[in-house]
Amino acid sequence: MLADSWLIARKDLQVEIRSRIIINQIAPYTLLIMVLFGFALDANTQTLRDTAPGLYWVAILLVALLAIQRGVQIEDADAARDRMLLTPVSSSSIFLGKSLALFVQLLVLEVLLFFVMMVLFDTSVEDPLLVCLSAFVATVGIATSGTLYGVIASGVGVRETLLPILLLPVLAPVAIGATRTFGDAFGRVNADGWAWFGLLVVFAVVYTVLGMFSYGQLLEEE
Amino acid sequence: MITTVGPFNATSSRSTRFLGLCLLLGIPALILFAFIFSPEDDSMEDAVRLLYIHVPVAIFSYIAFGVTAVGSICYLWKRSRWWDTTAHASAEIGVMFCGLTLVTGSIWGRPTWNTWWEWGDVRLVTTLVMFLMFIGYLALRQVPASPEARAKRAAIVGIIGTINIPIVNRSVEWWENSTLHQQSSLTDGNLENLTLFTWFLGTLVIGITYLWLLIHRFRVGWLETEEERLGYGAAIEERQAEAHGLDVGSTGIPEEGENE
Amino acid sequence: MTVAIDLREVVVLLSHFPALTGATLRVSQGEIVLLQGPNGAGKSTLLRLCAGLLPIKEGTAKILGQDLGENRRRVRPDIGLLGHKTGLYEDLTVEENIAFWASMTRANSQEITDAIEVMGLGGRLRDVLARQLSAGQRRRTAFAALLVQRPPIWLLDEPHAALDSEGRSLVNELIKNAAAAGATVLLVSHAAKELSALTGRVVTLAGGRVTSDSGGNGSEVNGVS
Repeated sequence: MLADSWLIARKDLQVEIRSRIIINQIAPYTLLIMVLFGFALDANTQTLRDTAPGLYWVAILLVALLAIQRGVQIEDADAARDRMLLTPVSSSSIFLGKSLALFVQLLVLEVLLFFVMMVLFDTSVEDPLLVCLSAFVATVGIATSGTLYGVIASGVGVRETLLPILLLPVLAPVAIGATRTFGDAFGRVNADGWAWFGLLVVFAVVYTVLGMFSYGQLLEEE
Repeated sequence: MITTVGPFNATSSRSTRFLGLCLLLGIPALILFAFIFSPEDDSMEDAVRLLYIHVPVAIFSYIAFGVTAVGSICYLWKRSRWWDTTAHASAEIGVMFCGLTLVTGSIWGRPTWNTWWEWGDVRLVTTLVMFLMFIGYLALRQVPASPEARAKRAAIVGIIGTINIPIVNRSVEWWENSTLHQQSSLTDGNLENLTLFTWFLGTLVIGITYLWLLIHRFRVGWLETEEERLGYGAAIEERQAEAHGLDVGSTGIPEEGENE
Repeated sequence: MTVAIDLREVVVLLSHFPALTGATLRVSQGEIVLLQGPNGAGKSTLLRLCAGLLPIKEGTAKILGQDLGENRRRVRPDIGLLGHKTGLYEDLTVEENIAFWASMTRANSQEITDAIEVMGLGGRLRDVLARQLSAGQRRRTAFAALLVQRPPIWLLDEPHAALDSEGRSLVNELIKNAAAAGATVLLVSHAAKELSALTGRVVTLAGGRVTSDSGGNGSEVNGVS
C-alpha cells in the first residue's frame, strides 16, 4: 500500500517539477504576500517581529489553497482520477500519495518563506527544534485535510470558490496552534509551545485517519 | 404563521399548527417576561434581559448541529433520504440560530464587557468558527449534483465539521486561556423565582421554535427531493419513447462528450 | 460459453437525467460487440456502467460474474476503459505516462517496452510531453497504457477517433488479438464500416435502451449492419 502511495506522490512531484508552477508562480506569490504584510503594518519592524509567526502561517494557508487546487486539477484535467479507479490501487493509497506530494511541496514553500521572513521581518529563532517539528506536523495536518477537502470540492464546477470556505474554518486550530508554537520558539510570546505541538499532532492524526477512511467514498460517483 | 395551503404542497399538519399556536402565545409571553416582568440583574442590570434569548438560541444552535451530525452519520449508514433531509434542515436552522447567538451576544457584550467582540473568549471564537464551518456546509449543499452525491458529500463534511469542533474549542481555550462568560448562574441557587421561570420559558419557546422550523424545513426539503424522484419516472418514459421515433441506423456523425 | 457482461433492464441516472432506461445486453467471453446509435443514446454511459463507475438505479448488471449492484469496486481492475478523455498527465512524457499506469496496474518493464513499440511510440516520441502530442498520438499513448494493463474486459469509446489509417488497422489488429486471447470487447463507434470487419454483432441503442441486436445468444431483434 505504501509503495503505491509513493508511486503516486512521485508522479505528482514529477509533474510539479516539470510544470514549475510552484517555483514560477506560487513561490513569488508567497513572497508578495509577505511584502504586502510589511506595507500593511507600516514598516514597523517591532510590530512585524511580534506578528511574524501569524503572518507566516496565514501566508502558508493561502498558498496551500493554490497547491491543493493544483493537485486536484492534475487528476481532473484528463480524467486520470477515473482511470485510477480502474486499477487495483486502494483509495487509502491514493489519499496518502496525494497527501505526501502536497506535503513535500508545502514543506519546500515553507522553508523558502521562512528565510524570507527571517530577513524581511528580522526574526530570530530560540528553539529551532520546536520550529522544525511543529512546522512538520502542521504541514501534515494541512496536507491531509487539504487533500480530503480538495476531492470534496472537486468535480462540482465551483472548486476555486468552494474550497476556501470549506477548508479554512477547519484549519483554524492549525492556524492558531502553529502560530503559537512559532511565537514560543521565537521567544515572542509566553506560551507552552510543546502543548501546542501536541494539538497539531492530534489534528494531523485525526485528518490522516479520516482521509484514509472517507477518501474512497468521495471518489465514487453517485 | 400557520401555512394553510392545499393538500399537495402543504408543509403544515395538525401538529405543526399546534406548535405554531404555542409560539403565537409563547413568543409574546417571553417578551413580556424577559423585558417587563423579570427583575433586572444586580451586576448586568437591564442587559440581562437579552440573555433570556441569547442563551437558549446558543444551546439550540449546538443541538441543531448535533442533529446534523447524527443525521449525517445515519445517512451514510442507512442511505435514506429521510436522514439527509433532516441533516440539511437542522443545519440551516443551526446556522440561523448561531448567527443570532453571535449578534445577540455582541449586543449584550457592548454594555457588559464594554466591547462588541472579544478574541480572548473561548466560546465566542469557537462559535464563530462553527458558524463559518456550517456556512461552508450549506454552500456545498447548494452546488448542483445528483441527490445521492450531494447527500454523501454533505454528510462527510457534516461529520468532519463536528469532529473538528472539540479541536477548535481546545485550541481557542489554550490560545488565551480565558473566558469572559460567567459560570452558569442557574446553579448558584440565588435566583428569584421569576427569573428562573423566564429562563425556563425562554428555553421552551426557543426549543419549540427549533422544532417547528425543523419540521417545516424538513417537509419543504422532502417535497423538493420528492419532485426530483417523481420526475425520473416520467423522464424514463419520455426517453424510452425517443427510441421509437428515431431512425436507429448509423448516423455517420462522430459524437463527442455525450453523457459526461 | 461463459457470459462476461450481463445487463438486465438497467436504469442509470446521471444527476436527474435517465441516461439508461432499461438496457438489456448479454455478451459472451471473447466476443466483440459494436454499439451504435444516435448522439445521446446512452452508449458512453453503458461503457461507464460496465466499468463499475456508475451506480445502478434499477435492474441488475453482472460483469465477469460479479454483481455491480452489490459491489462495483471489485470488478474494476479487470476493466480497460478508453473514453473520450485519455487519462494522461500533461507534464509527463509518453514513456512516463505509460510507465506510471503500468506500475498502477502491476505490469513489468518489458511490457512497457513492448506496448511502446507496438503502438509506434518508440524513438523520439517516447520522451515527448503529453501536452505536446497530437490527438492521434495521445490516443496511441492511452492505448499503450491500456495494453500494459491486459484487462479481460475492453471498453473502447470511438477507438478510431483521431487515428490515421495505419493506426486504425493497428487498433483493429489489437482488438482482434485481444478477443482471440479471451478478452471481451465492447466498441462504441459511428464508423461502423471500419470496425465491421471485426465483428458481425452490432447492437443499436436509442433512448437509453437496446433497440436492436444483430446477433449473439440467438436474441436477434432487427438486423442492422
